[in-house]
Amino acid sequence: MCDNNSLIINTDWCKGCGICVEFCPKKVLSLSKGKVVAEKKEDCILCGQCELRCPDNAIFIGGKCDE
Amino acid sequence: MMYSNLVKKYYRINNLPHIWCPGCGHGILMNSIIRAIDNLKLDKDNICVVSGIGCSSRASGYMDFNTLHTTHGRALAFATGIKFANPNLKVIVVTGDGDCAAIGGNHLIHAARRNIDITTIAFNNNIYGMTGGQYSPTTPTGDFGTTAPYGNIDKSFDLCNLAKSAGATYVGRGTAYHASLLTKLIENGLNNNGFSFIEGVSVCPTYYGRKNKKGSSVKMMTYLKENCIDKKVVDKKPELGENKILIGELYNNSQPEYTEKYKEIIKMLSKES
Repeated sequence: MCDNNSLIINTDWCKGCGICVEFCPKKVLSLSKGKVVAEKKEDCILCGQCELRCPDNAIFIGGKCDE
Repeated sequence: MMYSNLVKKYYRINNLPHIWCPGCGHGILMNSIIRAIDNLKLDKDNICVVSGIGCSSRASGYMDFNTLHTTHGRALAFATGIKFANPNLKVIVVTGDGDCAAIGGNHLIHAARRNIDITTIAFNNNIYGMTGGQYSPTTPTGDFGTTAPYGNIDKSFDLCNLAKSAGATYVGRGTAYHASLLTKLIENGLNNNGFSFIEGVSVCPTYYGRKNKKGSSVKMMTYLKENCIDKKVVDKKPELGENKILIGELYNNSQPEYTEKYKEIIKMLSKES
């Protein structure tokens, strides 16, 4: 088991809808070339709001071993 | 590859990514079902997910349980058969607004009337998305669809009220924005020994959104965020509920369950012979 301490993006599955970008409380995320990127990853508080509302399971809070 | 633990445990990864449009709310609703099942620690092999036809009903193909993708509107009819054949199974029906209120409207009211232990989750996107944006029984009056180019003159169904009046014993409504609430409602529905009906208000940016100038998926999600109110709040302050979408637990009542009553008949008759 590894700790859930990292914001992980599966770019292949991201469709660029921007829902996670809009509802991130710390404004960590942005869209670049139609895909989500963690622009200010250091501000991420691992709240999981992005994971909760990603329709495509393309962003989640996971451990290093999930990468 | 990078997949969350929930995806690895409950999805058929070879069928993903799913074919729903970018920003479609259905993916969020499907994840709420998965989270509810995970929270309740249910046995994967003891669950049967049944779906009909439509965008919503694609969900059964992505989820890794015993699944059945049936004909249009008949998901509840198939599910009733499954529940009768093996009452120990947790039967979950994933359906859409057109699937359960138009084509399968009769199956919905009779499954509810019988109070058979099935948990139905209706993904309501207010339109027939898969076939090109025809208006559905939940398209609001005055809204547009490809078959309502001058505005819909029908009155729309309130799916939750319909299920409640037909006899469902647990009724709730969540939305794609209120995904945590929806998860909780699905958990309660799965725990209810009887017919549970949970409406998940979805967003369809491609057809309903574009036809009605609702803007992007983000805008439609923001609309849900700002225009929904929990029934608990409205019960205390009714004036806050005006022109809002009522969410949360709407009805909860305990009634004898159908397959159990059937079992009693069998028992009674076997004693007599």
